Amino acid sequence: MEDLAARAIDRSRMTVTDEIAIEIVKMNKWYGTFHVLRDIDLTVYKGERIVICGPSGSGKSTLIRCINRLEEHQQGKIVVDGIELTSDLKNVDKVRSEVGMVFQHFNLFPHLTVLENCTLAPIWVRKVPKKEAEETAMHFLRKVRIPEQAMKYPGQLSGGQQQRVAIARSLCMKPRIMLFDEPTSALDPEMIKEVLDTMIELAQEGMTMLCVTHEMGFAQAVANRVIFMDQGQIVEQNEPREFFNNPKSDRTRLFLSQILGH
Amino acid sequence: MSEAFFRTEMLPQQPPPLRETGAVKWVRENLISSWLNAILTAVSLYVVVVLLAWIVPWFWNSVWIADSLSHCREILAGRSGGCFAVITERWLQLLFGAYPPALYWRPIAAFVLLFVALAPMLFTGLPRRMLWFSAAYPFLGYWLIWGGTPWFAVTAALGFVVAGIAYRAFETRGGAVPLIAAAAAAIVWWVFLAGAARGALDAALPVGIEFVRSDRLGGFLISMIIGVSGIALSLPIGILLALGRRSDMPIVKMSCVIIIEFIRGVPLITLLFTASLLLNYFLPPGTNFDLILRVIIMVTIFSAAYIAEVIRGGLASLPRGQFEAADSLGLDYWRAMRLIILPQALKVSIPGIVNTFIGLFKDTTLVVFIGLLDPLNLANAIRADQKWNGIYWEIYIFIGALFFAFCFAISRYSMYLERRLKTDHR
Repeated sequence: MEDLAARAIDRSRMTVTDEIAIEIVKMNKWYGTFHVLRDIDLTVYKGERIVICGPSGSGKSTLIRCINRLEEHQQGKIVVDGIELTSDLKNVDKVRSEVGMVFQHFNLFPHLTVLENCTLAPIWVRKVPKKEAEETAMHFLRKVRIPEQAMKYPGQLSGGQQQRVAIARSLCMKPRIMLFDEPTSALDPEMIKEVLDTMIELAQEGMTMLCVTHEMGFAQAVANRVIFMDQGQIVEQNEPREFFNNPKSDRTRLFLSQILGH
Repeated sequence: MSEAFFRTEMLPQQPPPLRETGAVKWVRENLISSWLNAILTAVSLYVVVVLLAWIVPWFWNSVWIADSLSHCREILAGRSGGCFAVITERWLQLLFGAYPPALYWRPIAAFVLLFVALAPMLFTGLPRRMLWFSAAYPFLGYWLIWGGTPWFAVTAALGFVVAGIAYRAFETRGGAVPLIAAAAAAIVWWVFLAGAARGALDAALPVGIEFVRSDRLGGFLISMIIGVSGIALSLPIGILLALGRRSDMPIVKMSCVIIIEFIRGVPLITLLFTASLLLNYFLPPGTNFDLILRVIIMVTIFSAAYIAEVIRGGLASLPRGQFEAADSLGLDYWRAMRLIILPQALKVSIPGIVNTFIGLFKDTTLVVFIGLLDPLNLANAIRADQKWNGIYWEIYIFIGALFFAFCFAISRYSMYLERRLKTDHR
């Protein structure tokens, strides 16, 4: 963690604009009778790098899954990139093609090669010609530093490599916002760094990112805002230095002492 | 004493000891690894030898040329031996039924072209343009076997062309609109326009080959017609039923569940009797609905219900993450299914699907009960002949061998397919 925090981060392009990327107003969600998300209010501006943390079951994954409607919210409003998420499937597909998502378990398509994983959505959703889609895919695979694996199947790669392919796959859709749902939680310690490095590079290019993670070093290095959630609500949010050095609520302090303590 | 240790050089690979490789190891491990296994090996060898001593002379002495069973017995003069002369005399009948011998070339051509049509679907290495022939084959095959005017098959095929044009025209609307437009256009064509078009074409170009009535078809030909049509049609219908059963839309889901559960809960023979006897009462009087076509429909929906459940198992085996990943990339339902979900679900389901196909192919012999002249019915007819009265092993061995050859080929192909589609590198 110190390793990451001490890393020289180029902040020149990490600028937060006053344009709104995501607006969540009074959003509530239930699983059956269980109230998982309670009165969530969150405005994300273009260029923000937000880290969401909290104990398991606090609703942090559910929150970012609501942003591309992998989960449906029952009350309140979510507007992504100017499009409100309703039951209109057209809007949902439009939002999904603008918002990239990286999962804890990578969710690469095992029956397709790495290259095909990356070109599938651009070809079928964006209607990009195959040749062009492949060039774009190779560009992003070079960026995540695994162009030589393009013709292999996901099952032949290590976990860290798979997660970098998953990031490249999302980037191939040229998304305006990236969501990360515990991208390093399923990885061996040796591989966490290579994925975090990729994410840091992405942040340095000014990508709007929401990241559910327990990597506090990453939060300190690149986040401009850290959100702490518990029991389905946002308990505290602050810029990282204040958040870590001077947490306001007891709940946050307890959580931080548990994950930073050892 | 110090326990610290560090290696200065890595050890190279070495070959295993000699007694751990080759034939010696195999025999030691598999045949005589213990006293009990040695005894079992000896007993098994004895049984194999006794069986062979009985079967081999029977085949070796068998008579291939004779007029009748009694003639066979004269030639054998008391030795044990088969009388395959019945096959020599009747094999064409077992293959083609009462099909006119002068026209045998037509089903043979249809049979050979079947493999040409199947090739591009079975082996991806072949040029994709061959798929056009595969698409045309059902109509060509129908025309070759039944004959008559070609315009019936042509106008029927044109329905799909019309559907394709309608699909293209509405493609940009998205959702289910193009599919509905295509179905509507095809139905309008078949119901209202195809008859007139056929009449016009017949008047303009009265060509055709000799028509063969359905009741002349028989033998292995009929098994192939029913089996191949049933297999080809039940897979897509089964896929749709499986997807429908998992659908969020209550009406779609309910109707698929009802169809699947009803069809699976009823014996195939009941459906076949329904096809042969009852359907006529329900259809408007005067409609002449070919019996073979009715049987194909019943066999198809029967195996489609089974296939649907097999594929549902495959769909359920996919991790939720695959659906979510497809969704999160903005793929709509049909694209997600076609590109991501079904290729994986079908791959998992291959053994079950092939199992159903093989079952379907063998179940075609059940048409014996509704009077179609399939190989088993012909076997009865041959045995009723005074000349061959009393013969049964030889005919059933022949029929069994033909079915086995086909089912074994299907099974081997499915194993090849599983190997080729294996990309998980576990």
